[in-house]
Amino acid sequence: MTAFLQIQAIEKRWRSDVTVGPITLDIARGEILALLGPSGSGKTTMLRLLAGFETADGGRITVANEEVTAVPAARRRFGMVFQHYALFPHLDVGQNVGFGLRGRGQKISEALALVDLAGYERRKVHELSGGQQQRVALARALAPEPRVLLLDEPLSNLDPALRERTRRELRQVIKRVGITTVFVTHEQEEAFDLGDRIAVLNNGGLEQTGTPEDLYERPQNLFVATFVGRANVFRGNAARALGARDGTVVVVRPERLRFAGAGLPGVVRERRYTGAGAFFLVEGDDENRFEVLAEPDAARVGERVYVEATRVIAL
Amino acid sequence: MIWNLRRTDLLAVGLALLLAWVVIYPILIVAADAADWAAVRAFLTRPGEWAALWASIWISLLSVVLAAAIGIPLAFLFEWFDFPGRKTLGALIALPVVLPPLVGVIAFLFLYGESGFVARAIQAALHLEHAPWRLQGAGAILLVHAYSMYVYFYLFTRAGLAKLDVSMLEAAQALGASTRATVWRVIIPLLRPSLVGAAMLTFMTALGSFSAPYIFGGGFRVMTTQIVATKLNGDLPLAMVETVALAVIAVAGLAILRGTEGDDILVALGKGIAPRPRPIRRAGVRRLATVAGWGLAILLLLPHLTLALVSLVPYGAWTTEILPPVINLENYRRLFSEAERLRPMLNSLWMAAASTAVAVVLALAGGWLVVRQRVALRRVIEGLLALPWALPGTVFAIALAITFSVNAPLQLRFVLVGTAVILPLAYLVRALPLTGRGILASYRQLDPTLEEAAASLGAGRWRTLARVTLPQLRPGLAAGASLAFVAALGDIVASIVLYTYETRPVSIEILSSLRLAETGVAAAFGVVLMLVSAVVLGVGARR
Repeated sequence: MTAFLQIQAIEKRWRSDVTVGPITLDIARGEILALLGPSGSGKTTMLRLLAGFETADGGRITVANEEVTAVPAARRRFGMVFQHYALFPHLDVGQNVGFGLRGRGQKISEALALVDLAGYERRKVHELSGGQQQRVALARALAPEPRVLLLDEPLSNLDPALRERTRRELRQVIKRVGITTVFVTHEQEEAFDLGDRIAVLNNGGLEQTGTPEDLYERPQNLFVATFVGRANVFRGNAARALGARDGTVVVVRPERLRFAGAGLPGVVRERRYTGAGAFFLVEGDDENRFEVLAEPDAARVGERVYVEATRVIAL
Repeated sequence: MIWNLRRTDLLAVGLALLLAWVVIYPILIVAADAADWAAVRAFLTRPGEWAALWASIWISLLSVVLAAAIGIPLAFLFEWFDFPGRKTLGALIALPVVLPPLVGVIAFLFLYGESGFVARAIQAALHLEHAPWRLQGAGAILLVHAYSMYVYFYLFTRAGLAKLDVSMLEAAQALGASTRATVWRVIIPLLRPSLVGAAMLTFMTALGSFSAPYIFGGGFRVMTTQIVATKLNGDLPLAMVETVALAVIAVAGLAILRGTEGDDILVALGKGIAPRPRPIRRAGVRRLATVAGWGLAILLLLPHLTLALVSLVPYGAWTTEILPPVINLENYRRLFSEAERLRPMLNSLWMAAASTAVAVVLALAGGWLVVRQRVALRRVIEGLLALPWALPGTVFAIALAITFSVNAPLQLRFVLVGTAVILPLAYLVRALPLTGRGILASYRQLDPTLEEAAASLGAGRWRTLARVTLPQLRPGLAAGASLAFVAALGDIVASIVLYTYETRPVSIEILSSLRLAETGVAAAFGVVLMLVSAVVLGVGARR
């Protein structure tokens, strides 16, 4: 993997007790990287450092071996799609898309065609639906042919029904253009669906980087294990009952637990039916609670059960 | 980037110093020079001074009461009840706010003055030997103030009512409150910030009012006319003491009113749905409301119609007749063909344009530093931009006249009085709060990501300013600039203290035409001023 966009020990100090970084990340040409983390984890700061809206207090950013750390946003040639799109309300769709083009009119219709909005040039921005505004914002960011595309919570402004479809279309457009992309999200599902690779951030630091599968199946620490996907955490006796060595903490995904004739004993306290299956909330004998995903009729509330794990993640 | 931070701080220091130099420094010089023992004693011992001071206070307070008494009921009538012509009339009766005070005053003179339209009609009808009244003294001043300042209460109350949430009124009714209890216990408390805002504006305008006391006062003096008279008599030390006294009253009045303002609870609660105007059902009441509404509008517009009529009467043609015997455009022809008449118009136009342009640039720089860069001096800059609003125009006129009539470069004092610079400078000081308020408010509403979006699309600082920031600031900028332009165009307070023959503005020309009994020319000037003001404000208010 040759790194096209390199982030080396980049750092931003807001106050002495609030710092982001130092973070090091390599992003390959054409790759889509998700910055995933809870609010306050520093993911938006990272994106703004990349865009040039914030100045780093340490470290370097390079694109194709050219250092851009101190290059102002206007000369960095990074495209950005803002959370609330930041479309210019006094300009129409065509003028918005053409803003970064300086008079190359033909590019406007090409960019609009790319996002499936051909012929929308003379529309007013406020006449568009949320999904259309999002696509105009994408077309505007892509039109000047930036080196890197940055997206700040690109789907958070859309209603849930639209989000999944838009996510797929967004990925298609990005892949068709082949642009190196970094986007910020706090939703695991969005990161998995849209990103080739995910960087998990927490408290201003990088916890783990990897493919969705890496993060889900091989989390390196408890934060990643519990933040990415559902997770049951077992310690002590319960961990030992699931076959772990003494003193280790184990994490088991709900679908990796099943009811059996022997194993970890407990009582079913709740059942949440999801259609394809059901989540059973089990209270273990040492009062720890965990979730089992199983067939809808695998157990009843109040029933005494034994649980075994088909795969454990030892930490 | 640390270097960059220092640069914005340096800019902020520079702007703050520049503003302080034109806004505060002259006031400080007057305050220092006013510490002249003989002058202070003269001020304290002469009964005329105390009378003028007291007159300023009670005239201003009574103006507030009268304006409230007219403006508030009108606002309720037009916001809550529906009758034929409501929209048109509602806009028409806000008209006096667009008129330069001097124009309103001379219009009043031509209508209700002792040789005015109404007096003449009554004199002829009753075969009187003399005019039935003399429009002079405190009563006349109050009449003009009430007539021109009710608009503040009317507009503020309507704005407040429009923000009122109908569910609050319904809640009061559901809790068993009568209409009266709802008005007193719910509506008035919620409207308090609007009402106090209107009261402050009315008080400041009345306290600083110059045209009405100057034209109608006769022997009755308020502080503004007293100061100008003292200055014309050449007693500068006393004029400075009087100026300081007026400034003290203004600041004290503002402080007291501020204390009663309270928080803007309506804003804090968020926007509700305003009650819809209720149609008046009973036919008789409806007719009455319609007739009263139209009658009122005509009454309020009558002075301006009179002004237009008088402007069409050539010199000496109208003596004792009720209606003018001759009507033509002679006065306007003279206005635009005689170089000496055209000059004040051009003077006023360029001086108003120049002061407005500079005030816009300073406010833009201030808005950028205060809102966007959040410089350490942001409170200082914002305060300096707003300060001229808190002091009557006469105070600044005297302060500038004194500060800039001395050549002392080391004290940053230069001889500007008598040059073409001094009047635009005076207008600029008065324009700063208007452009500052408009532009700062717009800047605060401007989404910073729009400017970031422009930057990420490759636009540099100036391109972003021209293509994104300015178009977004346009409504506030245009509103502030048009108000500033119109205020400068019709200014008399600063002009009468600082003008020279070469740079005399329209207002001074109107006064000298009146003195020469050329009422037609004065009225024509007034009409032109009125039209230009209305057009400029109309353009400025366009969305």
